[in-house]
Amino acid sequence: MAKITYIEHDGTEHVIDVKPGLSVMEGAVKNNIPGIDADCGGACACATCHVYVDEAFLAKTGTRSAMEESMLDFAEGVEENSRLSCQIKVTDDLDGLVVRMPESQH
Amino acid sequence: MSDATAHVVILGAGHAGGTAAALLRQYGHEGPITLVGEEPIPPYQRPPLSKAWLKGEADADSLALKPLEFYAEHGIDFRPGVKAVQLKRSDRTVVLSDGSTLAYDVLIIATGARPIALPIPGADLAGVMFLRTAADAEQLKAAVGPGKRLAVVGGGYIGLEVAASGRALGAEVTVLEREPRLLARVACPELSTFFREYHEKHGVTFELGCSVTGFEGKDGRVTGVTLADGRTIACDAAVVGVGAAPNDEIAADAGLETARGVVVDLDARTSDPAVFAIGDVAHRPMPIYDRMFRMESVPNALEQAKQAAAAITGRPRPPGECPWQWSDQYDLKLQIAGYPFDADQIVVRGDPATAKFAVFHLKGNQVQAVEAINAPPEFMMGKQLIANRKPVDPARLADPTISMKEVAA
Repeated sequence: MAKITYIEHDGTEHVIDVKPGLSVMEGAVKNNIPGIDADCGGACACATCHVYVDEAFLAKTGTRSAMEESMLDFAEGVEENSRLSCQIKVTDDLDGLVVRMPESQH
Repeated sequence: MSDATAHVVILGAGHAGGTAAALLRQYGHEGPITLVGEEPIPPYQRPPLSKAWLKGEADADSLALKPLEFYAEHGIDFRPGVKAVQLKRSDRTVVLSDGSTLAYDVLIIATGARPIALPIPGADLAGVMFLRTAADAEQLKAAVGPGKRLAVVGGGYIGLEVAASGRALGAEVTVLEREPRLLARVACPELSTFFREYHEKHGVTFELGCSVTGFEGKDGRVTGVTLADGRTIACDAAVVGVGAAPNDEIAADAGLETARGVVVDLDARTSDPAVFAIGDVAHRPMPIYDRMFRMESVPNALEQAKQAAAAITGRPRPPGECPWQWSDQYDLKLQIAGYPFDADQIVVRGDPATAKFAVFHLKGNQVQAVEAINAPPEFMMGKQLIANRKPVDPARLADPTISMKEVAA
Protein backbone atom coordinates (compact mmCIF):
# COMPACT_ATOMS: atom_id res chain seq x y z
CA MET A 1 0.00 0.00 0.00
CA ALA A 2 1.21 3.54 -0.65
CA LYS A 3 0.17 6.35 1.65
CA ILE A 4 -0.73 9.36 -0.49
CA THR A 5 -1.58 12.85 0.72
CA TYR A 6 -3.90 14.85 -1.54
CA ILE A 7 -4.04 18.56 -0.70
CA GLU A 8 -6.95 20.62 -2.00
CA HIS A 9 -6.39 24.17 -3.19
CA ASP A 10 -7.82 25.53 0.07
CA GLY A 11 -5.34 23.47 2.07
CA THR A 12 -7.63 20.64 3.15
CA GLU A 13 -5.57 17.46 3.39
CA HIS A 14 -6.71 13.93 2.66
CA VAL A 15 -4.38 11.07 3.54
CA ILE A 16 -5.29 7.69 2.13
CA ASP A 17 -3.80 4.30 1.37
CA VAL A 18 -3.81 3.50 -2.33
CA LYS A 19 -3.31 0.00 -3.74
CA PRO A 20 -0.28 -0.30 -6.05
CA GLY A 21 -1.41 -0.66 -9.65
CA LEU A 22 -4.09 2.02 -9.39
CA SER A 23 -3.26 5.46 -10.72
CA VAL A 24 -2.89 8.47 -8.41
CA MET A 25 -6.10 9.73 -10.03
CA GLU A 26 -8.02 6.56 -9.20
CA GLY A 27 -6.90 6.82 -5.59
CA ALA A 28 -8.56 10.23 -5.38
CA VAL A 29 -11.69 9.51 -7.37
CA LYS A 30 -12.51 6.23 -5.62
CA ASN A 31 -12.25 8.02 -2.27
CA ASN A 32 -14.37 10.98 -3.44
CA ILE A 33 -11.55 13.45 -2.81
CA PRO A 34 -12.59 16.75 -4.44
CA GLY A 35 -10.26 18.56 -6.82
CA ILE A 36 -9.53 15.83 -9.36
CA ASP A 37 -12.32 15.50 -11.94
CA ALA A 38 -10.91 12.86 -14.31
CA ASP A 39 -13.73 13.23 -16.81
CA CYS A 40 -12.35 10.69 -19.26
CA GLY A 41 -11.73 8.08 -16.59
CA GLY A 42 -7.98 7.88 -17.19
CA ALA A 43 -7.77 7.77 -20.99
CA CYS A 44 -5.39 10.80 -21.15
CA ALA A 45 -8.09 12.55 -23.16
CA CYS A 46 -9.26 15.45 -21.00
CA ALA A 47 -6.54 17.00 -18.77
CA THR A 48 -8.91 17.34 -15.79
CA CYS A 49 -6.81 15.26 -13.40
CA HIS A 50 -3.97 17.78 -13.21
CA VAL A 51 -1.90 17.73 -9.99
CA TYR A 52 1.33 19.28 -8.71
CA VAL A 53 3.70 16.59 -7.48
CA ASP A 54 5.82 17.27 -4.41
CA GLU A 55 9.42 17.87 -5.55
CA ALA A 56 10.77 15.01 -3.46
CA PHE A 57 8.70 12.53 -5.45
CA LEU A 58 8.67 14.05 -8.90
CA ALA A 59 11.39 11.83 -10.38
CA LYS A 60 9.86 8.71 -8.83
CA THR A 61 6.57 9.31 -10.61
CA GLY A 62 8.30 8.85 -13.95
CA THR A 63 8.29 11.09 -16.99
CA ARG A 64 5.44 12.52 -19.02
CA SER A 65 4.57 10.75 -22.24
CA ALA A 66 4.27 12.77 -25.45
CA MET A 67 0.46 12.55 -25.23
CA GLU A 68 0.52 13.77 -21.62
CA GLU A 69 2.85 16.66 -22.52
CA SER A 70 0.53 17.74 -25.31
CA MET A 71 -2.56 17.56 -23.13
CA LEU A 72 -0.87 19.35 -20.22
CA ASP A 73 0.23 22.12 -22.54
CA PHE A 74 -3.37 23.27 -22.63
CA ALA A 75 -4.22 22.96 -18.95
CA GLU A 76 -4.19 25.99 -16.66
CA GLY A 77 -1.33 26.90 -14.34
CA VAL A 78 1.04 24.20 -15.52
CA GLU A 79 4.39 24.08 -13.69
CA GLU A 80 7.53 21.95 -13.87
CA ASN A 81 6.04 19.57 -11.32
CA SER A 82 2.68 19.24 -13.07
CA ARG A 83 1.46 15.78 -14.04
CA LEU A 84 -1.79 14.26 -15.20
CA SER A 85 -2.51 12.03 -12.23
CA CYS A 86 -4.15 9.35 -14.37
CA GLN A 87 -0.72 8.72 -15.87
CA ILE A 88 1.06 8.09 -12.56
CA LYS A 89 0.91 4.45 -11.55
CA VAL A 90 1.07 3.89 -7.79
CA THR A 91 3.92 1.67 -6.58
CA ASP A 92 5.31 1.01 -3.09
CA ASP A 93 8.06 3.43 -4.11
CA LEU A 94 5.51 6.26 -3.99
CA ASP A 95 4.67 5.68 -0.32
CA GLY A 96 4.50 9.13 1.25
CA LEU A 97 3.66 10.90 -2.02
CA VAL A 98 2.15 14.35 -1.68
CA VAL A 99 0.17 15.97 -4.49
CA ARG A 100 -1.61 19.30 -4.63
CA MET A 101 -4.69 20.03 -6.70
CA PRO A 102 -5.25 23.23 -8.68
CA GLU A 103 -8.15 25.54 -7.87
CA SER A 104 -10.21 24.12 -10.70
CA GLN A 105 -9.85 21.46 -13.37
CA HIS A 106 -12.13 23.23 -15.83
CA MET B 1 -35.18 25.38 -5.15
CA SER B 2 -32.68 24.37 -2.53
CA ASP B 3 -33.97 22.10 0.19
CA ALA B 4 -31.01 20.38 1.81
CA THR B 5 -33.28 17.79 3.41
CA ALA B 6 -35.16 16.80 0.27
CA HIS B 7 -35.31 13.12 -0.62
CA VAL B 8 -33.70 12.79 -4.03
CA VAL B 9 -34.49 9.67 -6.02
CA ILE B 10 -32.28 8.86 -9.00
CA LEU B 11 -33.64 6.45 -11.61
CA GLY B 12 -30.71 4.78 -13.32
CA ALA B 13 -27.31 3.95 -11.82
CA GLY B 14 -25.15 4.51 -14.87
CA HIS B 15 -22.48 7.14 -15.37
CA ALA B 16 -24.89 10.06 -15.08
CA GLY B 17 -26.93 8.69 -12.18
CA GLY B 18 -23.90 7.54 -10.22
CA THR B 19 -22.11 10.85 -10.69
CA ALA B 20 -25.20 12.82 -9.69
CA ALA B 21 -25.46 10.87 -6.43
CA ALA B 22 -21.81 11.52 -5.55
CA LEU B 23 -21.99 15.20 -6.52
CA LEU B 24 -25.10 15.80 -4.42
CA ARG B 25 -23.14 14.72 -1.36
CA GLN B 26 -20.04 16.60 -2.46
CA TYR B 27 -22.16 19.77 -2.85
CA GLY B 28 -23.53 19.35 0.66
CA HIS B 29 -26.94 17.79 0.14
CA GLU B 30 -27.98 16.25 3.46
CA GLY B 31 -31.33 14.68 2.67
CA PRO B 32 -31.78 11.02 1.71
CA ILE B 33 -30.63 9.90 -1.73
CA THR B 34 -31.93 6.70 -3.33
CA LEU B 35 -30.13 5.39 -6.41
CA VAL B 36 -32.09 2.80 -8.37
CA GLY B 37 -30.27 0.70 -10.98
CA GLU B 38 -31.35 -2.08 -13.31
CA GLU B 39 -27.92 -3.75 -13.33
CA PRO B 40 -26.67 -5.83 -10.39
CA ILE B 41 -23.49 -3.80 -9.91
CA PRO B 42 -22.77 -0.24 -8.75
CA PRO B 43 -22.22 2.58 -11.29
CA TYR B 44 -19.27 2.00 -13.59
CA GLN B 45 -17.56 3.34 -16.69
CA ARG B 46 -18.73 1.86 -19.97
CA PRO B 47 -15.96 3.15 -22.30
CA PRO B 48 -13.37 0.60 -21.16
CA LEU B 49 -15.75 -2.29 -21.94
CA SER B 50 -14.79 -2.15 -25.62
CA LYS B 51 -11.18 -1.31 -24.94
CA ALA B 52 -8.97 -1.99 -21.93
CA TRP B 53 -11.45 -4.28 -20.21
CA LEU B 54 -12.07 -6.36 -23.32
CA LYS B 55 -8.35 -6.77 -23.78
CA GLY B 56 -7.93 -7.88 -20.17
CA GLU B 57 -6.13 -4.70 -19.11
CA ALA B 58 -8.71 -3.59 -16.53
CA ASP B 59 -10.83 -5.39 -13.93
CA ALA B 60 -14.28 -4.82 -12.41
CA ASP B 61 -12.80 -2.77 -9.55
CA SER B 62 -11.13 -0.34 -11.89
CA LEU B 63 -14.38 0.15 -13.83
CA ALA B 64 -16.50 1.12 -10.82
CA LEU B 65 -17.02 4.88 -10.46
CA LYS B 66 -16.86 4.45 -6.69
CA PRO B 67 -16.34 1.32 -4.58
CA LEU B 68 -19.59 -0.28 -3.39
CA GLU B 69 -18.96 0.82 0.22
CA PHE B 70 -18.99 4.45 -0.90
CA TYR B 71 -22.78 4.52 -1.20
CA ALA B 72 -23.65 3.28 2.28
CA GLU B 73 -20.83 5.39 3.75
CA HIS B 74 -22.37 8.49 2.22
CA GLY B 75 -25.98 7.72 3.04
CA ILE B 76 -26.86 6.81 -0.54
CA ASP B 77 -29.37 3.96 -0.65
CA PHE B 78 -28.20 2.03 -3.70
CA ARG B 79 -30.79 -0.45 -5.02
CA PRO B 80 -29.37 -2.70 -7.74
CA GLY B 81 -31.35 -5.08 -9.94
CA VAL B 82 -34.46 -2.91 -9.87
CA LYS B 83 -35.98 -0.55 -12.40
CA ALA B 84 -38.74 2.02 -12.32
CA VAL B 85 -41.90 0.99 -14.14
CA GLN B 86 -44.21 3.92 -13.51
CA LEU B 87 -43.85 7.55 -12.52
CA LYS B 88 -46.77 9.23 -10.74
CA ARG B 89 -45.90 12.90 -10.68
CA SER B 90 -49.04 14.06 -8.88
CA ASP B 91 -48.13 11.84 -5.90
CA ARG B 92 -44.41 12.24 -6.39
CA THR B 93 -43.99 8.49 -6.32
CA VAL B 94 -42.27 5.92 -8.51
CA VAL B 95 -43.40 2.30 -8.79
CA LEU B 96 -40.47 -0.13 -9.02
CA SER B 97 -40.21 -3.49 -10.76
CA ASP B 98 -40.06 -5.31 -7.41
CA GLY B 99 -43.53 -4.02 -6.63
CA SER B 100 -42.42 -1.40 -4.11
CA THR B 101 -43.23 2.29 -4.31
CA LEU B 102 -40.72 5.04 -3.70
CA ALA B 103 -41.71 8.58 -2.74
CA TYR B 104 -39.52 11.50 -3.82
CA ASP B 105 -39.20 15.21 -3.30
CA VAL B 106 -36.88 15.55 -6.26
CA LEU B 107 -36.50 13.02 -9.06
CA ILE B 108 -33.58 12.60 -11.46
CA ILE B 109 -34.28 10.46 -14.52
CA ALA B 110 -30.99 8.92 -15.67
CA THR B 111 -32.29 5.84 -17.41
CA GLY B 112 -29.89 6.08 -20.31
CA ALA B 113 -30.33 4.42 -23.67
CA ARG B 114 -30.72 0.83 -24.77
CA PRO B 115 -28.99 -0.76 -27.76
CA ILE B 116 -31.17 -0.88 -30.87
CA ALA B 117 -32.03 -4.43 -31.84
CA LEU B 118 -32.14 -5.50 -35.47
CA PRO B 119 -35.62 -6.84 -36.20
CA ILE B 120 -34.28 -9.72 -38.29
CA PRO B 121 -34.45 -13.51 -37.99
CA GLY B 122 -31.86 -15.11 -35.75
CA ALA B 123 -31.19 -12.00 -33.69
CA ASP B 124 -31.92 -13.99 -30.55
CA LEU B 125 -29.45 -16.78 -31.28
CA ALA B 126 -26.80 -17.40 -28.65
CA GLY B 127 -23.65 -15.56 -29.59
CA VAL B 128 -25.43 -12.53 -31.05
CA MET B 129 -24.58 -9.77 -28.62
CA PHE B 130 -24.85 -6.10 -27.86
CA LEU B 131 -22.11 -4.26 -26.06
CA ARG B 132 -23.69 -1.96 -23.53
CA THR B 133 -23.31 -3.53 -20.10
CA ALA B 134 -20.61 -5.27 -18.13
CA ALA B 135 -22.59 -8.50 -18.55
CA ASP B 136 -22.51 -8.04 -22.34
CA ALA B 137 -18.78 -7.43 -22.14
CA GLU B 138 -18.21 -10.66 -20.17
CA GLN B 139 -20.01 -12.59 -22.87
CA LEU B 140 -18.07 -10.90 -25.64
CA LYS B 141 -14.72 -11.44 -23.95
CA ALA B 142 -15.42 -15.16 -23.67
CA ALA B 143 -16.27 -15.32 -27.36
CA VAL B 144 -13.16 -13.57 -28.67
CA GLY B 145 -9.74 -15.16 -28.95
CA PRO B 146 -7.15 -16.41 -31.39
CA GLY B 147 -8.81 -17.90 -34.43
CA LYS B 148 -12.34 -16.97 -33.39
CA ARG B 149 -14.36 -15.28 -36.12
CA LEU B 150 -16.20 -12.18 -34.99
CA ALA B 151 -18.82 -10.44 -37.12
CA VAL B 152 -19.41 -6.84 -36.12
CA VAL B 153 -22.67 -5.33 -37.35
CA GLY B 154 -22.31 -1.56 -37.41
CA GLY B 155 -19.29 0.54 -38.31
CA GLY B 156 -19.65 3.18 -35.61
CA TYR B 157 -17.56 3.69 -32.48
CA ILE B 158 -18.69 0.50 -30.79
CA GLY B 159 -18.08 -1.58 -33.89
CA LEU B 160 -14.65 -0.12 -34.58
CA GLU B 161 -13.46 -0.32 -30.99
CA VAL B 162 -14.60 -3.92 -30.76
CA ALA B 163 -12.87 -4.62 -34.07
CA ALA B 164 -9.61 -3.13 -32.81
CA SER B 165 -9.78 -5.02 -29.53
CA GLY B 166 -10.82 -8.21 -31.31
CA ARG B 167 -7.76 -8.00 -33.52
CA ALA B 168 -5.56 -7.36 -30.49
CA LEU B 169 -6.92 -10.62 -29.06
CA GLY B 170 -6.18 -12.54 -32.24
CA ALA B 171 -9.72 -12.89 -33.56
CA GLU B 172 -10.66 -12.61 -37.22
CA VAL B 173 -12.92 -9.62 -37.60
CA THR B 174 -15.39 -8.58 -40.29
CA VAL B 175 -17.26 -5.30 -39.93
CA LEU B 176 -20.59 -5.01 -41.73
CA GLU B 177 -21.79 -1.45 -42.29
CA ARG B 178 -25.04 -0.33 -43.88
CA GLU B 179 -23.80 3.04 -45.10
CA PRO B 180 -21.21 3.46 -47.85
CA ARG B 181 -18.71 4.59 -45.22
CA LEU B 182 -17.79 4.05 -41.59
CA LEU B 183 -18.78 6.44 -38.78
CA ALA B 184 -21.28 7.94 -41.21
CA ARG B 185 -23.40 9.52 -38.48
CA VAL B 186 -20.59 11.06 -36.51
CA ALA B 187 -17.54 11.78 -38.67
CA CYS B 188 -16.60 13.26 -42.02
CA PRO B 189 -15.71 11.20 -45.12
CA GLU B 190 -12.00 11.97 -44.75
CA LEU B 191 -12.05 10.40 -41.33
CA SER B 192 -14.08 7.43 -42.53
CA THR B 193 -11.46 6.67 -45.15
CA PHE B 194 -8.64 7.05 -42.68
CA PHE B 195 -10.21 4.60 -40.23
CA ARG B 196 -11.08 2.05 -42.85
CA GLU B 197 -7.52 2.01 -44.14
CA TYR B 198 -6.05 1.84 -40.65
CA HIS B 199 -8.28 -1.06 -39.67
CA GLU B 200 -7.58 -2.86 -42.94
CA LYS B 201 -3.87 -2.52 -42.25
CA HIS B 202 -4.57 -4.33 -38.98
CA GLY B 203 -6.37 -7.14 -40.76
CA VAL B 204 -10.01 -6.16 -40.38
CA THR B 205 -12.31 -6.99 -43.31
CA PHE B 206 -15.06 -4.53 -44.21
CA GLU B 207 -18.34 -4.95 -46.03
CA LEU B 208 -19.63 -1.43 -46.65
CA GLY B 209 -23.01 -0.50 -48.02
CA CYS B 210 -24.26 -3.92 -47.09
CA SER B 211 -27.62 -4.91 -45.73
CA VAL B 212 -27.81 -7.56 -43.00
CA THR B 213 -30.91 -9.71 -43.41
CA GLY B 214 -30.52 -12.31 -40.68
CA PHE B 215 -28.37 -14.50 -38.49
CA GLU B 216 -27.95 -18.22 -39.17
CA GLY B 217 -27.37 -20.69 -36.43
CA LYS B 218 -26.83 -24.30 -35.47
CA ASP B 219 -28.06 -25.82 -32.21
CA GLY B 220 -29.20 -22.37 -31.13
CA ARG B 221 -25.83 -20.72 -31.63
CA VAL B 222 -24.96 -18.22 -34.37
CA THR B 223 -22.84 -19.50 -37.25
CA GLY B 224 -23.17 -16.70 -39.77
CA VAL B 225 -24.65 -13.38 -40.83
CA THR B 226 -26.71 -13.33 -44.03
CA LEU B 227 -26.58 -10.36 -46.38
CA ALA B 228 -29.11 -9.00 -48.84
CA ASP B 229 -26.85 -9.98 -51.74
CA GLY B 230 -27.21 -13.60 -50.77
CA ARG B 231 -23.81 -14.14 -49.15
CA THR B 232 -23.31 -15.43 -45.63
CA ILE B 233 -20.43 -14.22 -43.51
CA ALA B 234 -19.41 -17.13 -41.29
CA CYS B 235 -18.77 -16.29 -37.64
CA ASP B 236 -18.50 -17.74 -34.15
CA ALA B 237 -19.98 -14.65 -32.53
CA ALA B 238 -21.60 -11.41 -33.61
CA VAL B 239 -21.76 -7.99 -31.99
CA VAL B 240 -24.55 -5.62 -32.97
CA GLY B 241 -23.69 -1.95 -32.56
CA VAL B 242 -26.20 0.01 -34.61
CA GLY B 243 -27.15 2.75 -32.23
CA ALA B 244 -29.09 3.30 -29.04
CA ALA B 245 -32.60 4.51 -28.23
CA PRO B 246 -33.34 6.68 -25.16
CA ASN B 247 -35.26 5.04 -22.31
CA ASP B 248 -37.68 7.96 -22.08
CA GLU B 249 -40.90 5.96 -22.02
CA ILE B 250 -41.35 6.36 -18.28
CA ALA B 251 -41.20 10.12 -18.71
CA ALA B 252 -43.49 10.22 -21.75
CA ASP B 253 -46.05 8.02 -20.01
CA ALA B 254 -46.03 10.43 -17.08
CA GLY B 255 -46.80 13.38 -19.31
CA LEU B 256 -43.33 14.94 -19.37
CA GLU B 257 -42.23 16.56 -22.59
CA THR B 258 -40.12 14.19 -24.68
CA ALA B 259 -38.59 14.45 -28.16
CA ARG B 260 -36.68 11.21 -28.58
CA GLY B 261 -35.32 11.93 -25.16
CA VAL B 262 -36.61 13.77 -22.11
CA VAL B 263 -36.64 17.50 -22.83
CA VAL B 264 -34.69 19.57 -20.29
CA ASP B 265 -33.18 23.04 -19.85
CA LEU B 266 -29.64 24.02 -18.92
CA ASP B 267 -30.28 23.03 -15.30
CA ALA B 268 -31.23 19.58 -16.61
CA ARG B 269 -34.75 20.32 -15.39
CA THR B 270 -37.78 18.85 -17.23
CA SER B 271 -41.17 20.41 -17.78
CA ASP B 272 -41.88 19.44 -14.13
CA PRO B 273 -39.78 21.54 -11.71
CA ALA B 274 -39.34 18.58 -9.34
CA VAL B 275 -38.01 16.30 -12.07
CA PHE B 276 -34.61 16.37 -13.78
CA ALA B 277 -33.23 14.23 -16.63
CA ILE B 278 -29.56 13.69 -17.35
CA GLY B 279 -27.23 11.69 -19.58
CA ASP B 280 -28.07 9.60 -22.65
CA VAL B 281 -31.81 9.92 -22.01
CA ALA B 282 -31.91 13.71 -22.09
CA HIS B 283 -32.73 16.07 -24.97
CA ARG B 284 -31.00 19.29 -24.02
CA PRO B 285 -30.13 22.79 -25.24
CA MET B 286 -26.75 23.31 -26.84
CA PRO B 287 -26.07 27.03 -26.50
CA ILE B 288 -23.02 26.93 -28.77
CA TYR B 289 -25.19 25.65 -31.61
CA ASP B 290 -28.52 27.29 -30.83
CA ARG B 291 -30.37 24.02 -30.93
CA MET B 292 -31.61 21.09 -28.88
CA PHE B 293 -29.91 17.70 -29.15
CA ARG B 294 -29.46 14.40 -27.38
CA MET B 295 -25.83 13.50 -26.78
CA GLU B 296 -24.51 10.06 -25.97
CA SER B 297 -21.19 10.71 -24.30
CA VAL B 298 -19.52 10.53 -20.93
CA PRO B 299 -18.69 14.25 -20.87
CA ASN B 300 -22.36 15.05 -21.38
CA ALA B 301 -23.42 12.69 -18.60
CA LEU B 302 -20.95 14.43 -16.29
CA GLU B 303 -21.95 17.94 -17.30
CA GLN B 304 -25.65 17.27 -16.81
CA ALA B 305 -25.04 15.52 -13.50
CA LYS B 306 -23.27 18.71 -12.39
CA GLN B 307 -26.15 20.87 -13.68
CA ALA B 308 -28.78 18.87 -11.79
CA ALA B 309 -26.74 18.60 -8.59
CA ALA B 310 -26.02 22.34 -8.66
CA ALA B 311 -29.68 23.22 -9.24
CA ILE B 312 -30.85 20.92 -6.45
CA THR B 313 -28.32 22.22 -3.91
CA GLY B 314 -28.70 25.87 -4.86
CA ARG B 315 -25.24 26.28 -6.37
CA PRO B 316 -24.68 28.47 -9.41
CA ARG B 317 -25.20 26.77 -12.76
CA PRO B 318 -21.85 25.36 -13.91
CA PRO B 319 -20.27 27.20 -16.87
CA GLY B 320 -21.18 25.67 -20.24
CA GLU B 321 -18.74 23.17 -21.68
CA CYS B 322 -17.93 22.40 -25.26
CA PRO B 323 -19.27 18.92 -26.02
CA TRP B 324 -16.60 16.34 -26.70
CA GLN B 325 -15.95 12.64 -26.92
CA TRP B 326 -13.11 10.24 -27.56
CA SER B 327 -12.46 6.82 -29.04
CA ASP B 328 -9.32 4.69 -28.73
CA GLN B 329 -8.59 2.17 -31.47
CA TYR B 330 -5.16 0.45 -31.74
CA ASP B 331 -2.63 3.23 -31.09
CA LEU B 332 -5.00 5.89 -32.35
CA LYS B 333 -6.52 8.39 -29.99
CA LEU B 334 -9.49 10.04 -31.69
CA GLN B 335 -10.69 13.13 -29.81
CA ILE B 336 -13.72 14.97 -31.13
CA ALA B 337 -14.95 18.36 -29.97
CA GLY B 338 -18.23 19.88 -31.05
CA TYR B 339 -20.62 18.88 -33.82
CA PRO B 340 -20.44 20.06 -37.46
CA PHE B 341 -24.14 20.97 -37.59
CA ASP B 342 -23.90 23.94 -39.91
CA ALA B 343 -20.35 23.60 -41.19
CA ASP B 344 -19.68 24.78 -44.72
CA GLN B 345 -16.00 23.92 -45.08
CA ILE B 346 -13.43 21.43 -43.93
CA VAL B 347 -9.80 22.20 -43.14
CA VAL B 348 -7.36 19.31 -42.78
CA ARG B 349 -4.34 20.08 -40.61
CA GLY B 350 -1.45 17.66 -40.79
CA ASP B 351 -0.99 14.59 -42.94
CA PRO B 352 -3.34 11.61 -42.46
CA ALA B 353 -0.54 9.33 -43.65
CA THR B 354 1.32 10.10 -40.41
CA ALA B 355 -1.73 9.14 -38.31
CA LYS B 356 -1.35 12.49 -36.58
CA PHE B 357 -3.73 15.07 -37.98
CA ALA B 358 -6.99 16.89 -37.43
CA VAL B 359 -10.05 17.75 -39.46
CA PHE B 360 -11.66 21.07 -38.59
CA HIS B 361 -15.25 21.88 -39.53
CA LEU B 362 -15.86 25.56 -39.99
CA LYS B 363 -18.94 27.68 -40.46
CA GLY B 364 -17.52 30.73 -42.14
CA ASN B 365 -14.41 31.42 -40.05
CA GLN B 366 -15.71 29.84 -36.85
CA VAL B 367 -14.67 26.36 -35.80
CA GLN B 368 -17.76 24.26 -35.19
CA ALA B 369 -16.09 20.92 -34.65
CA VAL B 370 -12.71 19.23 -34.73
CA GLU B 371 -11.82 15.58 -35.14
CA ALA B 372 -8.26 15.03 -33.94
CA ILE B 373 -6.25 11.84 -34.33
CA ASN B 374 -3.26 11.69 -31.98
CA ALA B 375 -3.34 15.48 -32.05
CA PRO B 376 -4.11 16.82 -28.55
CA PRO B 377 -3.18 20.46 -29.29
CA GLU B 378 -5.68 20.56 -32.15
CA PHE B 379 -8.33 18.99 -29.91
CA MET B 380 -7.70 21.16 -26.85
CA MET B 381 -7.39 24.42 -28.78
CA GLY B 382 -10.28 23.39 -30.99
CA LYS B 383 -12.49 23.03 -27.90
CA GLN B 384 -11.63 26.58 -26.85
CA LEU B 385 -12.24 28.01 -30.32
CA ILE B 386 -15.60 26.25 -30.54
CA ALA B 387 -16.68 27.52 -27.14
CA ASN B 388 -15.55 31.12 -27.55
CA ARG B 389 -16.49 31.28 -31.26
CA LYS B 390 -13.29 33.17 -32.03
CA PRO B 391 -12.79 33.41 -35.80
CA VAL B 392 -9.68 31.84 -37.32
CA ASP B 393 -7.85 32.16 -40.62
CA PRO B 394 -8.42 28.83 -42.39
CA ALA B 395 -5.08 29.12 -44.18
CA ARG B 396 -3.20 29.42 -40.89
CA LEU B 397 -5.27 26.61 -39.41
CA ALA B 398 -4.22 24.36 -42.29
CA ASP B 399 -0.54 25.12 -41.73
CA PRO B 400 0.99 22.75 -39.17
CA THR B 401 4.13 24.89 -38.96
CA ILE B 402 2.04 27.49 -37.15
CA SER B 403 1.22 26.27 -33.63
CA MET B 404 -2.41 26.01 -32.56
CA LYS B 405 -1.80 28.62 -29.88
CA GLU B 406 -0.57 31.04 -32.55
CA VAL B 407 -3.49 30.22 -34.83
CA ALA B 408 -5.89 31.05 -32.01
CA ALA B 409 -4.09 34.19 -30.89
